Amino acid sequence: MAPQGRQEILEGAMAVAHAVARCRPEVIAAYPITPQTHISEELSTIVADGELQAEFVKVESEFGAASVCLGASAAGARAYTATSSQGLMLMAEVLWNIAGMRLPVVLACANRSVSAPLSIWCDHQDADSIRDCGVIQLHAEDAQEAVDQHVIAFKAAEDRRVLLPVMVNLDGFLLTHVFEPVELPDQALCDAFLGKYEALYKLDPGDPMSFGCFTEPDKCMEGRWMIHDACLRSAAVIEEVSAAFARTFGRNSGGLLEEYKSADADTVLVAKGSICGTIKDVVDELRDKGRRVGLVRIKTFRPFPRDRIVAAVRGAKRITVVEKGGSFGSGGVVTPELKDALYDAGLRIPVSGFCVQLGGREVAPDGIQEIIDRVEKGEQVHYEYFRLKKAILPDLVP
Amino acid sequence: MSAKLSMDKLSIGCVCLPGGSIGNHTGAWRSMMPVFKHAACIGCRACELVCPEGCVFENPGKKHLVEKLKREIADRDFDPDYCKGCGMCAEECPVDDIDMGLEEK
Ligand code: SF4
Ligand code: SF4
Repeated sequence: MAPQGRQEILEGAMAVAHAVARCRPEVIAAYPITPQTHISEELSTIVADGELQAEFVKVESEFGAASVCLGASAAGARAYTATSSQGLMLMAEVLWNIAGMRLPVVLACANRSVSAPLSIWCDHQDADSIRDCGVIQLHAEDAQEAVDQHVIAFKAAEDRRVLLPVMVNLDGFLLTHVFEPVELPDQALCDAFLGKYEALYKLDPGDPMSFGCFTEPDKCMEGRWMIHDACLRSAAVIEEVSAAFARTFGRNSGGLLEEYKSADADTVLVAKGSICGTIKDVVDELRDKGRRVGLVRIKTFRPFPRDRIVAAVRGAKRITVVEKGGSFGSGGVVTPELKDALYDAGLRIPVSGFCVQLGGREVAPDGIQEIIDRVEKGEQVHYEYFRLKKAILPDLVP
Repeated sequence: MSAKLSMDKLSIGCVCLPGGSIGNHTGAWRSMMPVFKHAACIGCRACELVCPEGCVFENPGKKHLVEKLKREIADRDFDPDYCKGCGMCAEECPVDDIDMGLEEK
């Protein structure tokens, strides 16, 4: 185990598992699914080796995993799970309940395409499609952030002003399976930072109670509003916890947004996840040639940091969202939320939305550059599947 | 710890103590209503056990004579505040002593 200040070369998923262990969850329940499996596999080894005093519950499905975490959290335990893609879909019903019962379960989503067609590779459609259920969503750009955001996730989730589940998104394979230099959070610092989880209410046979009780129409809206309100207000808590994390551990891994050379940029790209590494390289290259390009990276997708994004992009001449997802029959997921925020702020900056990397297709720097070139020539795109290969579509498609 | 948790004033996570859902009057859902006839009822309690609302009860002090058994049996009745009209009691009664009728509101 690395002392504070020492980097190790670790696989992303392994690094996350060891970081989670240092947050001392008392109950872990998970079901294997590529590309998440290494996280839960490594955690089960850590528990079996006696390095972490926790109950590792082997379950029959992700529905079971989420349900075990729900029950454990309601009983006052710090609970953790990890999943991907179809596994997250299977958890969906339980996640709504976890959020509604205001249980601070932390989970990782190793982002992966959702079937069909079957694909094990990365995109964001799994996480994006559960955006409405009250789960706070953080997005990591690299393995170090994925590690650190787990510590931030537990702290923010368990804050009495929040009490909501937090999901740390890390791109499947691109982050889970890549070896990078990572500094694990020091155990003593982690213990001091998180403290012990004290539940507001907990299941106890000696003092029985029910969670998420039935509400008649005269009360249900208020029950739902409390989730919305807590999720909105969690933005400030995430920033506060992230600042405290930076002071304690010396790294700026949390927060709502990262503004990368965007302050004076004419063309601002907006994206989340590991693709931001590629975008930053392109931004650097174009900046060297004198082009005013920048990136605003979404680190917290739920709650959606409306005001912060508007403030970060308001000087731009054009905004281009590069997203690994979308809503069939509508368009993007991030793109319309950004437009919504701009509209309310009275800003009519042209916004384009590009869908890239579905099912893990690579977008090299030249792809990002092509997108920037097109919008800088005046093109404005509502939502486009970037570099769609029309030649391989069946004749039935017009 | 949480002496007053109920669904009248909501708590974080809509948590409540046993009995805390007493204010949820499921009787408002009903379109059919049972009629306990107090004629052939043999007091088997099937209706009490199957009622999903737990709202069938033995009415203290009220009895009917069952001629076949040649003895008096305590009346079963239901609480209209909670009976949602599902008809399970009528379906399960072995002596057909519960009818379901349309409730006019
Ligand atoms: S109709 Fe249903 S709810 Fe009403 S008393 Fe019978 S079993 Fe109970
Ligand atoms: S089920 Fe019928 S017979 Fe049995 S207690 Fe109820 S009303 Fe009486």
